[in-house]
Parts: sequence; structure tokens; C-alpha cells
Amino acid sequence: MYRFLVRRILGAAMILLIISALTFFLFFAIPRDPAAFACGKLCTPETLEIVRRNLGIDEPVFLQYWHWLVGIFTGRDFTYGHCDAPCLGYSFVNQEPIFQALVDRFPTTLSLTFGAAVVFLLFGIGMGMIAAARQGRPADKIASSASLIGASMQIYFVGVLATWVLVDQLQIIERPSYTPLTENPLQWFYGLLLPWLVLSIIFTANYTRMTRSSMVEQLGEDYVRTARAKGMSARTVFLRFAWRGAMGPVITIFGVDLGVLLGGAIITEQTFSLHGIGELSIKAVINQDLPMLLGVILVAATAIVLFNIVVDAAYAFIDPRVRLS
Amino acid sequence: MTAPFLSVRDLTVDFSTEDGVVHAVNGLSFDIEKGTTLGIVGESGSGKSVTNLAILGLHDPDFTSISGEIVLDGQELIGASRRELERLRGNKVAMIFQDPLTSLSPFHTVGRQIGETYRKHTGASRAKARQRAIEMLGRVGIPQPQSRVDDHPHQFSGGMRQRVMIAMALVCDPDLLIADEPTTALDVTVQAQILDLLRDLQEQTGTAIIMITHDLGVVTSAAHEVLVMYAGRAVERGTVREVLGSPRHPYTWGLLSSLPRLSAPVDVPLVPVRGTPPSLINVPPGCPFHPRCDYAALAGPGLCGQERPELSPHRGHGDACYLTPAQKRDIFLEKVKEHL
Ligand SMILES: Nc1ncnc2c1ncn2[C@@H]1O[C@H](COP(=O)(O)OP(=O)(O)O)[C@@H](O)[C@H]1O
Ligand code: SF4
Ligand SMILES: [Mg+2]
Repeated sequence: MYRFLVRRILGAAMILLIISALTFFLFFAIPRDPAAFACGKLCTPETLEIVRRNLGIDEPVFLQYWHWLVGIFTGRDFTYGHCDAPCLGYSFVNQEPIFQALVDRFPTTLSLTFGAAVVFLLFGIGMGMIAAARQGRPADKIASSASLIGASMQIYFVGVLATWVLVDQLQIIERPSYTPLTENPLQWFYGLLLPWLVLSIIFTANYTRMTRSSMVEQLGEDYVRTARAKGMSARTVFLRFAWRGAMGPVITIFGVDLGVLLGGAIITEQTFSLHGIGELSIKAVINQDLPMLLGVILVAATAIVLFNIVVDAAYAFIDPRVRLS
Repeated sequence: MTAPFLSVRDLTVDFSTEDGVVHAVNGLSFDIEKGTTLGIVGESGSGKSVTNLAILGLHDPDFTSISGEIVLDGQELIGASRRELERLRGNKVAMIFQDPLTSLSPFHTVGRQIGETYRKHTGASRAKARQRAIEMLGRVGIPQPQSRVDDHPHQFSGGMRQRVMIAMALVCDPDLLIADEPTTALDVTVQAQILDLLRDLQEQTGTAIIMITHDLGVVTSAAHEVLVMYAGRAVERGTVREVLGSPRHPYTWGLLSSLPRLSAPVDVPLVPVRGTPPSLINVPPGCPFHPRCDYAALAGPGLCGQERPELSPHRGHGDACYLTPAQKRDIFLEKVKEHL
């Protein structure tokens, strides 16, 4: 276990290094000048030069990358002042320290992800299990059609519609907003309820279908037949045997989904005006704001590689054939 | 005359599928006595597994219609309640399957899998069930059962895994053991060991065994009686000596000539029976074997394609073929000579 963790964390660090380097070099591979962008319309060659220096893009690219990398561990001095470790630089656009921006936004994204995950795991796996247990019967047909409809939903459409009906017309749900959990748990819950539900619709649909098909596949396995042949009831077989095999694929996808969501649920955040990592990503792309782009990519990539490790550990826990090494 | 321990009469199993009704078993009858082994042979797809899953009531009732009689020790199994069947399975009738790797749960220790069968049928405590599992592992020849009991199936070799399956099947001292191709997935030396083990256990416990196989070699070494199946029907039945020593049905001849012969050079390819098994959705009228049979013309013009031959005589060595006894004997002797 210990060796597994060390090995995987080193691997994860390697991946993050590669991703950040790629982002860096690709950013500069496209011929355009972020300094001109930051400098604005009325820009003289002299001010452009100053802006360049301020942004730190007057140096060769690999040197810039090196400074950026070292800054994460040691902090960095900019013309505006010192940036403490972990330093991810300042935004090209508004000189906001990147690390602080990420720290400010992350709780919103974390809350959104966590709540939605609870909803879609509960309903998705639950409905998938019921559908599998009632294969071909009405409950299965209802769950399957519902998940087909759910999977074809668009978040911005459902989000706007739901807000209009539930918040504006019926007034049974609060207008979405973010209140820190530590500040007021109840407000946190009510403020995020609608985004959670809307964000989880498509996921619920996918998890229903995935759980159902995975479960159906397991129920057709030889070992399930053996269990029946030794006198186990269909129910016991379902609850004691098949689910363990069925959860493997579900957990794998869940690890990826969780990672992606923690990198920012862009559309959901936009739809409900929540200020999470997703909003930062959009802005970073639109503004060609390299340090911010690196920051959000780092968050997303870290989340993904982290949950990848968690998934592998969970796999080994469920399936004794899988060894951690 | 007492009733046989297991008596199957006119068993018919039909599956409804999207392509039509599959007539997987069609009017099959056979008996088994305690302490004996019946070998059921036939090409793959001939209905061997379907027959035996029907004995355990393991077909999905929504898609299957079963008729006939399956009487085990006086109890009618067709139409028995779910509870009755669950009490029977693993207890009075147990089954082992072809591939022990996929047939055991990969998620649970072998001790737990053996023990839970025991607990289910005897209500024993966890500790007792574990004790019993260790005892059973020892009986099927697994070294150090005390320590192996907590291992998972993937930690055993193929042969040892099949021993685990056997231990699990025998944990409640069943009266009937159905072994569905128990050695097919194993290599030859291990095959022999498993067959020896089954024979030893049968001597100790007197359980009846149905040995399903497509390998006549297994029948020779493991069975007392043989039932040759083709397209869901019995085409020949008798003792091993009768059926393999003086086979009467052209399909049995085909199976025999597809066996490797000691006298033949090793690189002579095996001759499988010519042609392919018939569709079980549109079963040809008459003798199901006639499209593949070299002797259909000999039996009489058009006869084989019209009416289905019955297995006769009813007792002893029987076969379902229109050829006369003299023709059957002569053709077989002819074949033996050819191959010497
Ligand atoms: N559940 C099922 N639904 C439809 N057809 C089936 C089903 N189970 C078996 N069959 C068909 O019944 C025939 C006999 O199968 P089986 O008894 O498994 O053959 P084998 O003699 O090789 O054991 C095959 O043609 C198979 O395709
Ligand atoms: S009945 Fe006719 S077709 Fe069938 S096995 Fe005998 S000779 Fe061949
Ligand atoms: Mg079979």
C-alpha cells in the first residue's frame, strides 16, 4: 500500500509536470502576443515593452517555464512585488494572484461537485440496480426511458427552465447562490440545491444505464449461475455477489467524472451565476491569460490524477484479484 | 421393482427467443440409480447442459417452457416451487461446471463460498461452516486446507480450483452430482486426477453422478452407463460396454471415429462427424441425424426423412435408428476393420 502510494504520487507529479509544460509551450506556439492584448488599444511600442517585462514574457519560453515551476516551491519576485510560495504568478489581465483566486473559487466548485455526486450516485446507482433486478418489466422500462430522456438533456436549457418554474413562478426553491458551508450550512444547502439537481440529471441518467448494464452483465456470469445452483436465492445473488463485480466500471467512470467536475462545471456555473473554477477557466481562455489558464488546468489535472489513484485503490479493495503494486 | 432414484421422462425444453422457439430438448428420457454414473455425450449444442439445468430448475421461467417428468427420489421437480428448488440445489442435487475459474466468485474466499452453501442448508454457525470447509478441502485433496481456506479462487491452479468446486458441491452430501464437462478446461494429467477423485468420492458416499462430456474418453473411464444425445434427443443408450463396444447408431459411430486412436500416427487429423448439427428452431422432420447420415438410403427410401425413429428397446441397450440390427452390426464390424 505504502509503495503503491509513493509510486503513484510520483507518477502523478510527472503527469502534472508534463501537462503544465505542454500548456506553456502550446500557448506560445500560437503566434499572438498576450502583451499586446493586456496593453490594450492605445499601446505604444515603449509601453508594450514594459508590459512584456511586467508579464515576464520577454524571456525565452523555457526560462519562463522554469521560473514558473520554481516559483511554486520558492515564491517569486515580480515588478509588482513578492509572490509567496506556492506562487502560480499573477493574472495577465488584472494582476490578481492566481493561487489566491483558485483558493477563493475552489470551495464553490467543491460544494457543487460534492452535492451533485451524492445525488447522482444515489439515484443513478439506485435506479440502475432496480432496473437490473426487474429486467424487462415495467420498472426497468420506466428507468431506462427516463435515463434516455435524462441523458439527452442540456444543462443550460433545463437550468433556465427549472429556475423559471421553481424559483420565479412556484417559488419553492431558493435562487441559487453560494454561501460557505462553515458560515451557514442551511443556506449553503438551499442555495446549491437547484444547481445540484440540474447538474446531476445527465449524470444520473448515465449512471443508471451504466449500473444497469454492468449489473445485467454480472448476472449472466458463470459464478452467478453457480450461486443459484447451490441454492442461493435470486435476491442473495443480487446483493451478495453481482454488485461487487458491477461496481468496478461504475467506480472507474466516477473517478474520471469527479476529477472533471472538480476542474469546474463550466456550464452549470454559468447558468446559475456561481463563481467557481469553471468561471475562471472560461475567463482565462477568453482573455488569453496564461497564468490563470495554467492554474485552472493544474487544478483539473490534479483532481483527475488524484481520483485515478483513489479509484485504483478502491478497485483493489473490491476485487481481490487486483493487486496494488 | 422400485422406482429409479432419478427418472426423467419425455423431457422437453423450449426457449422462446427473438428468432423463434428453440427446441433444445425434445422428448428425452433416462434413469439413474444411486452410486452409478451416467455419462451424457454429444457434440456441443446437443442439449446436454440444458437438460441438466432443467433438473435444477435453473432456466428462466419467463422464456422457457418445460414439460415431461423429472422425478428425484419420489419428488416431481417440474413445477416444484421456488423454495423447494432452492432447498434442493446444493443440498440434495449439486452441480459442478466446466470452467472453475469463472464459476467461482472471484470476490470471496473459497472457505466462504463452501461455507455459505453449508450454512444455507444446515443453518450451521460461521465457525462450524468454516471447519466444514476445511474438512471438505482436505477431502478433495487440497494440501494444507487450514491455510488455503482463506485464499481466493485466483490463488489456486486450474486443477485445484476444480477441486474447490467439487468440495463446494459435495459439502452437503448430495445424492446426485451433476458434473457439466468438469475436465474440459483442464489439461490431460489433471483431467485424470479429477476423474479419479470423483470416482473415489462416489465410492465413499454412494452419490449418483451425471457426467456430461463431449469426450468419449471421459465416458470410458468414468461412467457406468451412457446416453448419446443428438439435437436434444437420445439416439443411443446403454452400458459403457454396450455403447462403446458395439455401438448401433450412425452418430455414435461418427463420434467414435473422431476419437484419436493409439495405433494411428499422431499427426493424422481427427475426423469430426461430417456436416453441422441441425437448427433447433426448424428441426428437420424424421430422424434428426438424416441430413448428415451416410446410411439413410440404406434404411429404406425416404423413411429417415419422414418419421422420427424412437429409442428402442425401452430397456437396456437401445438406439433410435431405422437400420436393421444385422445392418448395424455389419456396418460397425466393417468400420472396425477399416480402422485396424
Ligand atoms: N437460454 C437459452 N435460450 C435460447 N437457447 C438456448 C438457451 N440455452 C441453450 N440454448 C440452446 O440450446 C441448445 C443446447 O444447448 P446446450 O444444452 O448448452 O448444449 P451442450 O450440449 O453443448 O451443453 C443450443 O443450441 C443452445 O444455443
Ligand atoms: S434413422 Fe436413418 S438417418 Fe437416422 S441414423 Fe438411422 S439410418 Fe441414419
Ligand atoms: Mg454444455
